[in-house]
Amino acid sequence: MGLLSDPNRRRALISLLTRLNAPICVVCYMAGVAWFMGLAFEPFTLRTYMSENAMGSTMVEERFPAGERALGTGREFSAHKKKAGGMPVDWLVKTMQSRGLEVFTQRFSRRLPFPDEDKERYMVKGTNVYGILRAPRAPRTEALVLSAPCSPGDDNNQAVGVLLGLAQYFRNQVFWAKDIIFLVNEHDLIGMQAWLEGYHHTNTTGMDWSPLQGRGGSIQAALSLELSSDVVTSLDLVLEGLNGQLPNLDLANLFYAFCQKIGVLCTTQGKLQRNDWDSVSGYSHAVQTMMLMVMKQASGRPWGDHGLFLRYHIEAATIKGINSFRQYKTDATTIGRLLEGMYRKLNNLLERLHQSYFFYLMPSLSHFVSIGYYMPAFGLLALILLLRALDLWIQLATPPPRTEDGVADAEQMSSPGVLSVLTPLVISHLTGVALYTLPIHFQEIAVEHFPVSETEAVVLTAIAVYTAGLALPHNTHRLLTGRGTENGWKVLKLVAVLYLAVLLGCTALINFSLGFILALTLVPVAAFVTPDVPKALSAFIMVILSPACTLLFSVFLFQELQEMPVSFLDGWMLYLSVISQGILDHALYGSLVYPLVALLVYPCWLLFWNILFWK
Amino acid sequence: MRWEETVVEEATADKEDTSAPETVVQSSVPQPKDDFQEELVIRPLHSGDIYASFQFRTLWETDFMRGNKVSHYRLFPKSLGQVISKFSVRELHISFTQGYWRTMQWGQPFLPSPPGAELWVWFQDSVTDVDGTWKELTNVLSGIFCASLNFIDSTNTVQPSASFKPLGIGNVTDHRFLRYATLPREIVCTENLTPWKKLLPCGSKAGLAVLLKSEKLFHSSFHSQAVHIRPVCQDWQCKTTSWELRQTLNVVFDLHTPGQGKLEWSLFKMFSRTLTEACPLASSSKIYIDITDDPQGEQFEVSPATHLLSQAMVLGDRRTFSVYDLTQQITFGTVRSLNLLIRWKSSEDMLRPLLHAERYVAGYGLQTGEIHTLMYNNHPYRSFPVLLLDSVPWYLRLYIHTLTVTSKGKDNKPSYIHYQPSKDRVRPHLLEMLVQLPPNSVTEVTVQFERALLKWTEYTPDPNHGFYVGSSVISSLVPSIVAMDTNSTREQPLFSSFFPCKEESSYFMRVYTEPLLVNLPTPDFSMPYNVICLTCTVVAVGYGSLYNLLTRSFQIEEPSPGLAKRIANIIRKMRGVPPL
Repeated sequence: MGLLSDPNRRRALISLLTRLNAPICVVCYMAGVAWFMGLAFEPFTLRTYMSENAMGSTMVEERFPAGERALGTGREFSAHKKKAGGMPVDWLVKTMQSRGLEVFTQRFSRRLPFPDEDKERYMVKGTNVYGILRAPRAPRTEALVLSAPCSPGDDNNQAVGVLLGLAQYFRNQVFWAKDIIFLVNEHDLIGMQAWLEGYHHTNTTGMDWSPLQGRGGSIQAALSLELSSDVVTSLDLVLEGLNGQLPNLDLANLFYAFCQKIGVLCTTQGKLQRNDWDSVSGYSHAVQTMMLMVMKQASGRPWGDHGLFLRYHIEAATIKGINSFRQYKTDATTIGRLLEGMYRKLNNLLERLHQSYFFYLMPSLSHFVSIGYYMPAFGLLALILLLRALDLWIQLATPPPRTEDGVADAEQMSSPGVLSVLTPLVISHLTGVALYTLPIHFQEIAVEHFPVSETEAVVLTAIAVYTAGLALPHNTHRLLTGRGTENGWKVLKLVAVLYLAVLLGCTALINFSLGFILALTLVPVAAFVTPDVPKALSAFIMVILSPACTLLFSVFLFQELQEMPVSFLDGWMLYLSVISQGILDHALYGSLVYPLVALLVYPCWLLFWNILFWK
Repeated sequence: MRWEETVVEEATADKEDTSAPETVVQSSVPQPKDDFQEELVIRPLHSGDIYASFQFRTLWETDFMRGNKVSHYRLFPKSLGQVISKFSVRELHISFTQGYWRTMQWGQPFLPSPPGAELWVWFQDSVTDVDGTWKELTNVLSGIFCASLNFIDSTNTVQPSASFKPLGIGNVTDHRFLRYATLPREIVCTENLTPWKKLLPCGSKAGLAVLLKSEKLFHSSFHSQAVHIRPVCQDWQCKTTSWELRQTLNVVFDLHTPGQGKLEWSLFKMFSRTLTEACPLASSSKIYIDITDDPQGEQFEVSPATHLLSQAMVLGDRRTFSVYDLTQQITFGTVRSLNLLIRWKSSEDMLRPLLHAERYVAGYGLQTGEIHTLMYNNHPYRSFPVLLLDSVPWYLRLYIHTLTVTSKGKDNKPSYIHYQPSKDRVRPHLLEMLVQLPPNSVTEVTVQFERALLKWTEYTPDPNHGFYVGSSVISSLVPSIVAMDTNSTREQPLFSSFFPCKEESSYFMRVYTEPLLVNLPTPDFSMPYNVICLTCTVVAVGYGSLYNLLTRSFQIEEPSPGLAKRIANIIRKMRGVPPL
């Protein structure tokens, strides 16, 4: 800091920063991207390890014997499900009771803001059935949850079978210290939302549900099970929850430890881990896995039924059975043993899971990148914004070189009025509010006047409002203060750059992936846009780098990473459905990505658009 | 056919029952006026579990409060006698419970108790410093029962104004002399059982107490042991009083078997012991088996076959019991050992007990929350009042203005509210309400709270486990189906005579809700080093230099003087002349 208190050196530093601003920014951007890509390189990552002592290694012995019988129960369940045309409530209640559980049901209903075409539902009515296994000599203060969704069609029958089999087996054990709640939820996430809201007696999304009759105290951990075949080749661990929240890393460690112990193939993001990290293909495999996690996290939607638990500070994960016709087969008994082991370990917990990380990325199940390692990648990108802001500040503060015509200079010097900065800010935010509110409110009008369905109406209205925002009058300041000044756009840009820095910084703290992806595209725009660059080309680049196009690219990239590439037309349809899902996620579960983009990111981007067309 | 026979037998049993107390009175009159009875009630529960309730009662006609110290003890344990006289205790009730009584499956217990430890004491009105005496008493009891009762201090002690009335004789109801505290986190184990057993006159050497083996007792769904001391009337005229020490132990065994066949239970299977004799010091030693649910003997099979039948009013219901009198040699048969065996079928439906309550914390996040207490009145047409007592630790700051009481969707105004606000680190919240429960309804009491941020030394060693809030207590006079027996001095089984019954149409019942486990905002104790480093760096580098830059004014320094001038200045300084 002696550097700054010495006026000469300060001047030298400032001139260096202003002279080399553009190259430094480019270097920072490159370094940020390189750092991020380096995160997947195995020598730079840490091996996972169990932090929680209470779940330390090899203290339990798994003995679950009844996998075949559980599959039989699953088949029975499927038959009753077909007969009932939905959740076989009576059968489930009776079956759970005969296994010695306290059984309760919960009815719920929900009208979606507009029809969900992916899952073909609009008016949703259903019943959750759950049975509580009361731990002997425990005062009902703590509980664990095992859930399986009752999906339409032939999916997940095996999961319900295994759940009931485990319930029967667990009932005869004496070592439980926490109540165990076995939950079969209908209509996947909507049912789970209803149950969790009922359990915690909150109502965040305006759903109707009947109050719960039985409870088990504060829930310590939850697992959701999805199995659709009798034999699976591997088990996939899904961690990404609502708003990019992740469960404590110890839960993933626990799963990994038991997979290793029992000898089950385990994956994350559907990708096995490989040992050849030093080869190119091994590295690119790790990058793919990590990128998939980043994109899922950035989407802010729950990727399994567990995702909604995280809001209540309950550590939860979904375990999915994958059957890809490989040689390696795992039967239901092994899966039951794995779950038994995990629940016995969770039962040993003396505190909530808190020892390990809550913020991490996983390039494979056995390695993780903690917040301390991945944040610099974002920090390097955010640094560009600060450097640009500093540059603009210095330009605004130092007087321009004197010319003979002093009068014109004086006018140049005069600082722009507050209004000329405030007006674009207000207008772009009003556009954002329109983007947030209009699609759902105007769906009926749109359906009346155009030959589209409700869902299409919502999505197309959103796109229309978004596009209309680009055509808004951009030179309001000329009406207010006469012609735009040179300093006017600089002040506006300074405000916009700082605004973007704060916005991205806050986003990255909560959801790193979202912040990083937005920074990747918005930071170059923010750094180099001025009214002096060639208009047509820059406008094209800006549109390409706008949030909507970022989403479009993400859709294609995601499909590519999942090794399911799509044609452009399919991709476009997928894009439309992703937008509708995003709006639905917000309305149904309170996901924050849609309001964040509509109310804050898009207006911020509009400010830069405004600067481009500054006259 | 069989029932008729038993009716005849019952008649004879009644005769014997009525004749028994006379003999007791006769034998105890010339003796030092103390008396010991033991009793075991076995009740197959609705859910298929089995409930065993031991009761041991010692009566002693003496006065601990006399000037001269009581020094000669026979049946009454000396350690408790000294406690009574030293601390001027009028009534003392202490219970240790592991597990939660499942009202929906098990019905009502004979003696309710909350999970953890509960202690309530009425002091004599001669005590001046009640708080000091209470503090000493808890520490002494902590030693006697090997429990953490010494953690009872002013932050978890309350003085309920209405919920806990004296159960013995006496009409002092000034609640200044009452102290009530619970420790919901207390874990009950063998170390608490051993000192409890030592208080019995026969120890665990003879009588029913031989069954109390910890390896079996703690292999159960519910375990509760208690000690109750109170003054009672000696006879119906109540001319003289005597002290009653009642030790109870309730345990529920889990008999779940996956199959649908009959359940089987025997003394040996449950306690890994059989009975061979009564406690020689006991005037009465009996085993009761509740066979009410099955008069025809279709579901129950009891062996050896029952000799005596008896009826008693318990919790508003007329129950029939098979009785085994251990003082009779014939009970033990030819093998000289009694191993009761019961087979029965169970149903899995839930019960609808007349009064039932549950409680939970609503909301999410670590700032606020809401405590919900639900009270169910399942009586089809009678409404009855209940007293709700809530004692909430100070670190949950109750917003009492958010208190709502609703039943059937309508506001239900409590007719009596006693609220004592908490003081940080000094005393807890106390909320008592008298609420009328409409028939066949659920009454919901909600109150919001804010979670306090504790000082860093106030967190428990495992702060991420959460903090316990003790059970709410719901006391009520519940309408009875049958006429209750109001004559408290008449000879009746011990389990049916604990709560005094004042009128025939209703009976007293107490229900405890589950304790709550609440998370408080917890600092990350594992990272003080990082935090210290970070704050120090921020303060030193960031704040320090910024402050420096902002407060200093910078000026261009004159170029340094030449060598000659400096030498000249040094010389001038040595001479004491101001420099150039």
